Amino acid sequence: MIVAEKKPMEEIIEEVKGYNKILIAGCNECVTVCEAGGKKEVQVLASALRMYFMNQGKEIKIDEVTLERQCDHEYLEEIRNIIDQYDAVLSLACGVGVQFMAEKYFTTPILPGVNTCFLGATEERGFWTERCQACGQCILARTGGICPVSRCAKRLLNGPCGGSTKGKCEIDSNVDCAWQLIIDRLKALGRLEQDYEKLTPIKDWSTDRAGGPRKVVREDVRI
Amino acid sequence: MSETKTPSKLEKILSSGQLAVTSECGPPRGSDPEVIRKKAQMIKDHVDAINITDNQTSVTRLCSLAACIHLKLMGLEPVLQMVVRDRNRIALQSDILGAASFDIHNILCLSGDHQKFGDNPQGQNVFDIDSMQLIQTVRLMRDEGKFLGGDDIARPPKMFVGAAANPFADPFEIRVPRLAKKVAAGAEFIQTQCIYNVDRFKEWLKGVVDRGLHEKVYILAGVTPFKSAGMAKYMKNRVPGMDVPDELVKRMSGVPKEKQPEEGLSICVETIEQLKEVEGVSGFHIMAIEWEEKVPEIVERSGLYPRPSVGE
Repeated sequence: MIVAEKKPMEEIIEEVKGYNKILIAGCNECVTVCEAGGKKEVQVLASALRMYFMNQGKEIKIDEVTLERQCDHEYLEEIRNIIDQYDAVLSLACGVGVQFMAEKYFTTPILPGVNTCFLGATEERGFWTERCQACGQCILARTGGICPVSRCAKRLLNGPCGGSTKGKCEIDSNVDCAWQLIIDRLKALGRLEQDYEKLTPIKDWSTDRAGGPRKVVREDVRI
Repeated sequence: MSETKTPSKLEKILSSGQLAVTSECGPPRGSDPEVIRKKAQMIKDHVDAINITDNQTSVTRLCSLAACIHLKLMGLEPVLQMVVRDRNRIALQSDILGAASFDIHNILCLSGDHQKFGDNPQGQNVFDIDSMQLIQTVRLMRDEGKFLGGDDIARPPKMFVGAAANPFADPFEIRVPRLAKKVAAGAEFIQTQCIYNVDRFKEWLKGVVDRGLHEKVYILAGVTPFKSAGMAKYMKNRVPGMDVPDELVKRMSGVPKEKQPEEGLSICVETIEQLKEVEGVSGFHIMAIEWEEKVPEIVERSGLYPRPSVGE
């Protein structure tokens, strides 16, 4: 899923303080799972902002809504009837949702309430870690199911570097060395000897961010 | 390995079977070329080639290529260190050609420390290719006369291609396979991480020799003299991938502060002495960090002086 975290309150206040009628829009997908922008977070943020502005002696209308998804036309349409009642929308969706809403409601300011961080997984409640950088050409079959592009600080395709120490990365002793994980897994799969010394060729990054904005087109399912 | 493929003096000495000696100079954090010239002047008669580091520890410095050119203009033999952290494949190939245009004949292909350690921790890193792929790239450019894109190079670079090896990093079990991989990628010489744990280095080297890798690549054992007990502790505790045994820290701490530099030099000389006759060691890479003036003494005390002269 897409993992996001809440923006600091001060930054949000700075974003919204010029508006009098604000809609806070949560998203029921990834940001709900990572507890950054679901219904619960919308409620908490709305209460905090109401409290803040009340203490400032400023009367502001703050409403709440949580859409099933903000990256889908269908659900974004659900607020078409009410959007004109607001000066701005504070979206707690990921960067995709914020932008998709902005495209749809072209004359309404749509502000981000979270920082979109990475594609990751929930290790345990309150702890999410990165697993994928969406490079567009998956090499996991070759690396024991562990991605060096997203998990090695130098995205080495032929690692580890000389900074791997006791299974940890040179940048932080709390970060696993991706190549230690790859080697451990290859060993568990009985493939270390045959796979480790295969040189991974230079990667084609044109399917990554480097190639410009990407799209996937499926003619067979297009309407 | 006796036939040479490039005009490199370092390659000539290694292929003649003599122990080679290299050292390194870190470029200044400024644009004064005198800094690099002075360092080179101190060591030039005692080493066969001089590595120029490439923004080591990710601290911004005068670029390796320009510093190598200064050495070349002094008639010396530079080893261009090149990290893949800061440049994409276009810039790397371009800098290789730039170096080749000055007849710089040695290159050391490296990943580079993460930028987190340097003066611009908020910067992007590139890592378009990795150090093994840089080795492959230089070999492609040299041997096939081709760019990565497939086009022909007019006057291809003639570079003796080196790589680093850290016998002390984890996991230890892949340290020999990793060297084999670098050799397969095209590495012709290796400069190792600083050796303090001689036993562990020998254990690694045995694995290298058992696989016959020492017959395919020249291994220069890396040494760095401690200037002080504090430095020994720092290297032990703070530098990733460094293996400093406790007894060396104790030995350094056991002598009065003013005698510590002398003790550090002795340890360094002893390390070289212990490794000189070991099968698989083709030479030494002396990294006297901001202590270049001691390189001649280390070389002389280790019995590695005078340096051989080779015909052009």
